[in-house]
Amino acid sequence: MPQIFGRSFNWFANVSIVGGIAGASLLLGILLNINRLDYVSHVGMPKDQPVPFSHKHHVAGMGIDCRYCHTTVEESAFAGIPPTETCMSCHSLIWTEAPMLEPVRASFRDEMPLQWTRIHDLPDFVYFKHDIHIAQGIGCQTCHGNVDAMPLMWKAQTLNMEWCLECHRAPQDFIRPREEVFNMNWVPPANQSAAGMELVKKYGVQTSQLTDCSVCHL
Amino acid sequence: MLNRALALSATALLLGGCELRQAMYDQPKYEAYEASDTFDNGLSARQPVEGTIARGQLRLDSHLYEGKVNGELATTLPLELTEDLLKRGQQRYDIFCSPCHDRTGTGNGMIVKRGLKQPPSFHVMRLREAPIGYFFDVITNGFGAMYSYSSRVPIKDRWAIAAYVRALQFSQNAEFDKLPAEDRRQLP
Ligand code: HEC
Ligand code: HEC
Ligand code: HEC
Ligand code: HEC
Ligand code: HEC
Ligand code: HEC
Repeated sequence: MPQIFGRSFNWFANVSIVGGIAGASLLLGILLNINRLDYVSHVGMPKDQPVPFSHKHHVAGMGIDCRYCHTTVEESAFAGIPPTETCMSCHSLIWTEAPMLEPVRASFRDEMPLQWTRIHDLPDFVYFKHDIHIAQGIGCQTCHGNVDAMPLMWKAQTLNMEWCLECHRAPQDFIRPREEVFNMNWVPPANQSAAGMELVKKYGVQTSQLTDCSVCHL
Repeated sequence: MLNRALALSATALLLGGCELRQAMYDQPKYEAYEASDTFDNGLSARQPVEGTIARGQLRLDSHLYEGKVNGELATTLPLELTEDLLKRGQQRYDIFCSPCHDRTGTGNGMIVKRGLKQPPSFHVMRLREAPIGYFFDVITNGFGAMYSYSSRVPIKDRWAIAAYVRALQFSQNAEFDKLPAEDRRQLP
């Protein structure tokens, strides 16, 4: 039986070995990094909501504090999503006929909660807490971006593990005075690292264990 | 043939892995406010049975919890008046009341400027003479068109706000002679 592959085909074997490895690594690289793409982590992409609620109008336009609606953000893990009653404390008196707000009125009438589409949702094996971050001087803006400029809510950060760790390794680069946590227009001072170090000491931030797996994965 | 089988099982593993991964991402447990299809109104968080009282939630002190002493609106604070209490009151007032009543209590808040019914100024005689328990009561039960804030403002914060409203009332009607010397000098 004649040989199918002559000697001259040796180059083919070599190329296919190298090519195979390169191709496999490329695929692996893509798979491992796909989470980092904004498109996959939904960064900057608003989602449809049952009511087109605008943080831009309510926060920047009317100056309503985050805590008027996200009541539990200072004392619990969960920031809190306002019940329909909170909307109705104003909308029973203002814009009472607006068709845009009919789902809100219907929810109040029928005692059926509005079902908002979640924008931020960590996997269930990650245990995030708002209270400690607020108490230790991490601003809403640092993690959620300029909410006061969002006509519909979107994600400003990837929320992947690498992102959490970037701050847990060096909180002094992000920390701000406690009074500024709710301020959407705070700008870090030129000497943020030094000023941040002061605050880390002053607030007693526990930096030594912040990167332990058990902090976030329990 | 062997290769085909290998390739197939590798794909199956990958797909299975993804499914397992998904199951870990979204575990069969309720997160706060997650919807449930077990109950009619879709809420996973249940209300306590009516009439039950959780440990530590027995509210016998009617002065503290209802703002009433012997059935009459309280004229005194059930908490000690401290600078911290007033500061807390100011912060909570600015969050929950100022959108309508504005920061000084004249009733010209941002939402009123957008067309909401104007509330009365806190500086009218009737409200200056109202007992402090009245403000606690309005926050707790609402008043006319104003909704109750009891689900959002805890008991102690309501008293802190009431104390701060009193302070606002004094501030708008302060007598010149009672001001500290430093403030007096700043006035023409
Ligand atoms: C008038 C009420 C109101 C105020 C004030 C308000 N929010 Fe919200 N917020 C909502 C509602 C309703 C939603 C759910 C709908 C949505 O996602 O837009 C929400 C959603 C969010 C979400 C996304 C939640 C998710 O689905 O992951 C973030 C983050 C947020 N708000 C941050 C803030 C911050 C920061 C402030 C203050 C600067 C603020 N909000 C002020 C009502 C409010
Ligand atoms: C503190 C008062 C207040 C609260 C609380 C409030 N709103 Fe509004 N909302 C307003 C006012 C005032 C306007 C009119 C905006 C304007 O004049 O530009 C408005 C306008 C709107 C509009 C019309 C479009 C727009 O953004 O201008 C929608 C939709 C809306 N609100 C939804 C909601 C929902 C949903 C909630 C509850 C999570 C809520 N609002 C809570 C005061 C409030
Ligand atoms: C250290 C980063 C960080 C800071 C600071 C932060 N958040 Fe969040 N926020 C998150 C993450 C992460 C989630 C998603 C939590 C989850 O899926 O369990 C989230 C979720 C939310 C939600 C949705 C409800 C919930 O709790 O899951 C709201 C509303 C919200 N944040 C509001 C705020 C407000 C208001 C502030 C400022 C007072 C704030 N956040 C500060 C990281 C942050
Ligand atoms: C911008 C900075 C920053 C980011 C981003 C951030 N954190 Fe933190 N985190 C802190 C600081 C500061 C503390 C407070 C440490 C202390 O004093 O105990 C903290 C504390 C925590 C704690 C509590 C630790 C304890 O001792 O109880 C958990 C849990 C946590 N972070 C989870 C997360 C997760 C999950 C993410 C990402 C989704 C995240 N954090 C993102 C700054 C940050
Ligand atoms: C500051 C918080 C934090 C710490 C500390 C942390 N993680 Fe994570 N981890 C996260 C978050 C957030 C995610 C989810 C990322 C996502 O949504 O893809 C995650 C995801 C993971 C995953 C799943 C990855 C995937 O692609 O599904 C593994 C495995 C993991 N972490 C292991 C660890 C180990 C091991 C350590 C200790 C060396 C650790 N983590 C420490 C926040 C943390
Ligand atoms: C959404 C707008 C709004 C907010 C926020 C609000 N109020 Fe009011 N308030 C009103 C309106 C409107 C009235 C007038 C009600 C009427 O006469 O029907 C009123 C009336 C009052 C009165 C006068 C009652 C009387 O005898 O005339 C007091 C006291 C009061 N509010 C206190 C508060 C306090 C304290 C807060 C904060 C916890 C607060 N309000 C938050 C709208 C608001």
